[in-house]
Amino acid sequence: MTEWLNVILQGVLIGGLYAMFAAGLSLIFGVMRLVNIAHGDLIVLAAYVALMVTQALGIDPLTSLIFVVPVMAIIGYALQRGLLNYTLGDDLLPPLLVTFGLSIIIQNGLLEWFTADSRKLQAGPIEIQTFQVMHGVWIGLLPLIQFAVAAAVIAGLQMLFYKTALGRAFRATSDDQAVAQLMGLDTRHVFAMAMALSLAVIAVAGVFLAVRTNFDPAIGPARLIFGFEAVIIGGLGNMWGTLVGGIILGVSQAIGAQIDPGWQLLAGHIVFLAILAVRPQGLFPKVWG
Amino acid sequence: MPDPLLELRAIDAFYGDFQALFGVSLKVNAGEVVAVIGANGAGKSTLLKSIAGMMPPRRGDIVFDGQPVGGAPAFDVLRRGIALVPEGRRLFPSLTVAENLLIGGQSRRPGPWSLTRVYDLFPVLAERRNLPAPSLSGGQQQMCAIARALMSNPRLMLCDEISLGLAPIVVRDIYARLPAIVAEGLSLILVEQDIAQALKAAAQVYCLQEGRIALQGNAAELTRESISAAYFGI
Repeated sequence: MTEWLNVILQGVLIGGLYAMFAAGLSLIFGVMRLVNIAHGDLIVLAAYVALMVTQALGIDPLTSLIFVVPVMAIIGYALQRGLLNYTLGDDLLPPLLVTFGLSIIIQNGLLEWFTADSRKLQAGPIEIQTFQVMHGVWIGLLPLIQFAVAAAVIAGLQMLFYKTALGRAFRATSDDQAVAQLMGLDTRHVFAMAMALSLAVIAVAGVFLAVRTNFDPAIGPARLIFGFEAVIIGGLGNMWGTLVGGIILGVSQAIGAQIDPGWQLLAGHIVFLAILAVRPQGLFPKVWG
Repeated sequence: MPDPLLELRAIDAFYGDFQALFGVSLKVNAGEVVAVIGANGAGKSTLLKSIAGMMPPRRGDIVFDGQPVGGAPAFDVLRRGIALVPEGRRLFPSLTVAENLLIGGQSRRPGPWSLTRVYDLFPVLAERRNLPAPSLSGGQQQMCAIARALMSNPRLMLCDEISLGLAPIVVRDIYARLPAIVAEGLSLILVEQDIAQALKAAAQVYCLQEGRIALQGNAAELTRESISAAYFGI
């Protein structure tokens, strides 16, 4: 009994990470109808940026976020202004193709630069600290921090969307681009801000991923799939739904792995497909997206 | 005679290969209300879109406040002081009434209009400020669209068919607020199919017919016959 409780708890905690993979994806699709195929590779890029920062400055990975988040946000702004804005239009295909190309470029660029060796960020003693919540049920400190950060990121995005002028601009642009321009909003800038925010979230996700597990240049696409699945399970446009989607995915994978280690990914995909079949709009759809 | 606030000099506008405006020239003086009338497809909305920067004209000049604005993007035109109330109102459906107004005001142009002032002008919007925009009635949505445009403190407001789809009593109610808006010193271009309403509100009238100015003059001096001849081309 406690064994299963442990499994479910671990699944919930990793669900926070999946929700962070998903949040940035959902954000930019909502604001500009852009499906970012390079999203997973950008997560891996953030992990490598963190690797360089931690090595160069000798700081621990969580502290490195002070540098990695703004660096990724600037990359996001420049990427949108310099490239992706030109792909946007009535057709969904050009941004899909361009971000697919970007995904390949990032993977191979990382491969050239960092080789195919697997890396990991060392967070020190907090990696192995645990505490007991009840008899036989243990929680790791790091997964707990990661989940708390994920919940804070989701809450922050939700607040930003509904309480700030930038969030209002995001929602207005999502509703009607032409009229948003009539209101004096430069949509090129609004889109670039959305991408900057998306990559800031990616930076946090990338660092936690790299602390938690080994990474190499090729693992991006699988993170993209987890992100997609969490968004779709939760329902498009609902940030809290995305967190729930991430948790459902995490728990499904944990239960699958408990039954048979080979079933970890399969179980996640099966639950995703089952939800897609029964509720194609996701569990908590809320359409600003 | 001071320079006009807005001057269009022989503009041609196209949808792809289709020419919608042919050499249209028009002047709006500061504080003046100008009506543009014409049948469906005469080019009235195209004219407003050209001025607002949504559809840059292929030829001709648009001069606003002494500066050329033809070809400037819509967000830039708004920041220079031209606001468009688009046809069909086009409020942001996922925003509340108050948020729609705040988006209108986000350019932070200084001027007389603020949330408080537009709520004074349209008290019903104050009552419904926290409701989603689509929950408003048609007339209230139109008021919200006008208020949203005012929030940018424009010097020139372009109104595209504000009577469209509204009950006559609601249209009268909305037109009754226009003098209060003009009293703040801004100029209006009213595009209307409702000729009587437009003639009552405006000083100058332009009639468009198949993309050309068929008639222009003082609203008080134009005869019904000349207008219907220009309107229908008979």
